[in-house]
Amino acid sequence: MSDVAKSTLIERAAGATPAPVVQVVRGLSDRAIAWLFISPTIVLLLAINIFPLIWTIKLSFTNFRANRPNAEVKNIGIDHFRSILTDPDVWAAMQATAHFVFWTILIQTVLGFALAYLLDRRFRGHGFWTTVILIPMMLSPAVVGNFWAFLYQPQIGLFNYVISFFTGIEPSSFEMIGSVKLAPWAIVLVDTWMWTPYVMLICLAGLRSIPEYIYEAAEVDRASKWRQFWTITLPMALPFIMLAVLFRGIENFKMFDLVNLLTNGGPGSTTEVASITLKREAFEKWRTGYSSAFAIILFVTVFGLANIYVKALNKVKSR
Amino acid sequence: MSRGISHAHSIVEPGPMSRRVAGFVVVLYAIVALVPLAWIFLTSIKTPPDSISYPPKVIFDPSLEGYCNLFTTRSRQTPEYLATLPPASSLCERIARDRNMVFVGPSNYAPRFLNSLIIAFGSTALSVLLGTAAAYGFSRFKVPLADDLLFFILSTRMMPPIAVAIPIFLMYRELGLSDTKLGMILLYTAVNVSLAVWLLKGFIDEIPREYEEAAMIDGYTRLQAFFRVVLPQATTGIVATAIFCLIFAWNEYAFAVLLTSGEAQTAPPFIPTIIGEGGQDWPAVAAGTTLFLVPILVFTVLLRKQLLRGITFGAVRK
Repeated sequence: MSDVAKSTLIERAAGATPAPVVQVVRGLSDRAIAWLFISPTIVLLLAINIFPLIWTIKLSFTNFRANRPNAEVKNIGIDHFRSILTDPDVWAAMQATAHFVFWTILIQTVLGFALAYLLDRRFRGHGFWTTVILIPMMLSPAVVGNFWAFLYQPQIGLFNYVISFFTGIEPSSFEMIGSVKLAPWAIVLVDTWMWTPYVMLICLAGLRSIPEYIYEAAEVDRASKWRQFWTITLPMALPFIMLAVLFRGIENFKMFDLVNLLTNGGPGSTTEVASITLKREAFEKWRTGYSSAFAIILFVTVFGLANIYVKALNKVKSR
Repeated sequence: MSRGISHAHSIVEPGPMSRRVAGFVVVLYAIVALVPLAWIFLTSIKTPPDSISYPPKVIFDPSLEGYCNLFTTRSRQTPEYLATLPPASSLCERIARDRNMVFVGPSNYAPRFLNSLIIAFGSTALSVLLGTAAAYGFSRFKVPLADDLLFFILSTRMMPPIAVAIPIFLMYRELGLSDTKLGMILLYTAVNVSLAVWLLKGFIDEIPREYEEAAMIDGYTRLQAFFRVVLPQATTGIVATAIFCLIFAWNEYAFAVLLTSGEAQTAPPFIPTIIGEGGQDWPAVAAGTTLFLVPILVFTVLLRKQLLRGITFGAVRK
């Protein structure tokens, strides 16, 4: 409706405009429209993404604390960066993050690819079951993660009970989020439950992009199914698998919501991934300058790793 | 996407046996993956004592207590005082009386849910509006440094939300935007617009330029051609993009928990704070979770085609 109204307005304006002006408007319009269309987005991103980023960089060289806005702000150079890189707690957090990222990606890729491969057999009802499998990834990680804390409760939680049902271990004999040994796996499990469908979908797109005739040719050459899988299916789906790994890697490196609600970094600091450390420094200890420096280190790390990875991905793609 | 018509009689068609096994394994996975969700729903219709019984109860008398508790705040009273009150007027009040409680007032769940609706739909509308315009601009015009700008737009998604939250927190405090719906709408739009531009540029690139050129030869202006020719063609892409933005904004937690506390707080940071006497009131938490998940479940099922297209398409392009 609104575009009809708009266009009549434009038509009326056009009708009332003297011919030379119309010429001018038409002549200029493309360029003007281009900027008119693009600039709001750029302005918004500059205001809410880039300006804050520059501010963070500025803060990272100061001793500013957001809970003491009137205190004198001193420039302290790269002290924060130096102390972060030598802080054993920070390295512990990076290790926890690495554990989380590595295992979630490994399990999700294997599981997601396997599911995609099976779904590609196109059994009856495969479309319906694809949708069903997708459901966990559509849900709020915070809201669902919070509920997983309940599922993980010893005794009253369903998880321990199910494990005990299948293995015979006493349900109250282990605590998923209370024990130093199991807590890192508790968050890996929930993340895997949520995000395997995402990897599966991208792998499925990869499998469906392989042209049929290649398999037909392989059949004619009497290549075994096993050989076809290793020489056709896997290499041709590899760029897609690598993309899924990239997206999950970036997301899980910055993982916050799930871990915050499930374990909040505990017990102790066993599951304190980088984002949780950042939250503690920035919004609990209010060391704004220090946490800004840490944020920059994290951003540079993600950005750097992602760029190296994309180069490798492009090599695989162009093969 | 599809393997063409030859598929039906293809020699590489998977055999019936392999199909059946594949189906069995996939269905098994799907059912196991749904158990936690089923448990959320079951917990929401349990009474608080049933919800924390050991062993966990699968069979129980359903109760609406969780939903009643979700929307109300109650206080404990002596039986003598309760006896002096007029009889309970509603089901929820009767349940509360049975536990020696009276209503004090409504809880914050309804306003938080409403905030979620306003912020999610507001930011989605804005991201799609800005994203469509920018995508058209990048797709059809020669923009100086277009590739750099596009990469810059996308790289803004790589920042950890907490890292962005620190300066946003300070900036919003200066501008008076902290804990306001407008502030959250702008923030979510900024996060979503990068994805929106990328997805929509792909969809608009696919629409042949000749359509608009023909329309412009017929006397349409560039803007008319955009509204009358390009927009209708791009509807599928716009819908797919909108679903993505909506899901993100609806589910977002990190910014919401750090930047809002009352006025503009959305449901995700609120739900974990629902407590009853002596710890979390799990049936109420489960009820709040269930109601919060329902809109997204409905969306997923109704719009699955656009959703699938959006996910895979976005992946392939990037």
